[in-house]
Amino acid sequence: MHVSVDLNVCQGHGVCHMTAPDVFELDEEDGHAIVMVDPVPAELEADAQLAADSCPERAITVS
Amino acid sequence: MRIVVVGASLAGVRTVEGLRRRGSDADVVLVAGEPGAADGVAVDRPPLSKAFLASPDAEAAPLTTREKLGALGVELVPGRAVDLDLGARRVGLHGGESVAFDRLVVATGSSPRTVPGLEPVPGVFTLRTAADAAAIRAACTEDARVVVVGGGFIGAEVAWTLRQLGRPVALVEPLPTLMVRGLGPELGAAMTRRHAAAGVDLHLGTSVAGLEGRDRVEGVRLTDGTRLPADVVVLGVGTVPETGWLAGSGLDLRDGVVCDEHLAAVGAEGVHAVGDVARWHHPRYGVDVRVEHWTNAVETAGVVAADLAGERAVHDALPYVWTDQLGGRLQVFGQVRPGDEVRVVSGDLDGSFVAITGGEGQLRGLVGLGAVKQLMPFRRLLLAGAGWDEALAAA
Repeated sequence: MHVSVDLNVCQGHGVCHMTAPDVFELDEEDGHAIVMVDPVPAELEADAQLAADSCPERAITVS
Repeated sequence: MRIVVVGASLAGVRTVEGLRRRGSDADVVLVAGEPGAADGVAVDRPPLSKAFLASPDAEAAPLTTREKLGALGVELVPGRAVDLDLGARRVGLHGGESVAFDRLVVATGSSPRTVPGLEPVPGVFTLRTAADAAAIRAACTEDARVVVVGGGFIGAEVAWTLRQLGRPVALVEPLPTLMVRGLGPELGAAMTRRHAAAGVDLHLGTSVAGLEGRDRVEGVRLTDGTRLPADVVVLGVGTVPETGWLAGSGLDLRDGVVCDEHLAAVGAEGVHAVGDVARWHHPRYGVDVRVEHWTNAVETAGVVAADLAGERAVHDALPYVWTDQLGGRLQVFGQVRPGDEVRVVSGDLDGSFVAITGGEGQLRGLVGLGAVKQLMPFRRLLLAGAGWDEALAAA
């Protein structure tokens, strides 16, 4: 599974980091999501999918 | 197996998407009755009181389309549900048709309250649908005088947004502070001062007595005798769950559809509820709650899609709500209870800040403004059930 964040759409809610802390970190300044592991290891795929679903801006793409 | 989801806003749409993602091969039908929307499918609502209202060019796209649903093998049935026959397992639609189901998901959301005794006059609006937001935006011309009734998150956010556009805005709220239900009295008071400083004309501790104007609204009379001139009145006085169509069905209705922690309707076979309309027993708090937040709609949809796909799930998520106002994003996690202690642990209440709230040694809530990163460690503590002293030590 690949995961990416559209930083033009991300608004820094931080929900992804909360849902999948091993996949997403947050930028110090504006809270924008930073992908930590790509491709996503199998054991984190469910978390990454949940984070994508839970993003209020739908800024996260998993493929 | 035929699963019928009634309601095509966030919770309903995410439920049908979630079913397919979890590999369900059931027949899935989405009954879509959003007022004023093409095919009855709602838009994502949060921007309607934020960016959509602020920008004349902003558009609101539906959450899904007939084509996307078709690709998922979901049948879209535009229409408004008017009754439910649990024995015959059918949902009746406006116009006389009905839809048969084996499993039913109630996703009809909530509707804006109105102010009792106020005659509907042109110029008076509620805000729920894209059509509502477009009408408010069109009415708020450059010199329009706006009165917002209700100082909860939506009312305060609309007032802030329109004030930033330069409109003269008055806000009427019977309680002495804005957003007190979400923020508690102390933080609510601090945010109220910031609204006043931004030029919102606050009328607190008073209520609407009546409207002036015959063919369209010209003013609002308050119970304290004040008369506010108005070209546009926006009512933000809460919502009521859309359960009218379920009356007499046998479902337990008490301010929403009463559900267990799996969001299965209590006392009925094969019925779930999602989103604003669901009242469920929250394992984290041990009480029945109904939550009208965006994230709750997404989470409940995930729980019910899992349950219907045979993976039992429990809805015990930490509540999260955000509002864009006060010069940033205000975020609230967990519960802020009226009598709870409040401690600012980062920044200050005149700028960006993080505050923790709690009582009886418990950390119960977090409020942050423009401080996503600073919130995060406390959010982890809250999720982990950390105590008050532990949270203070992390400050």
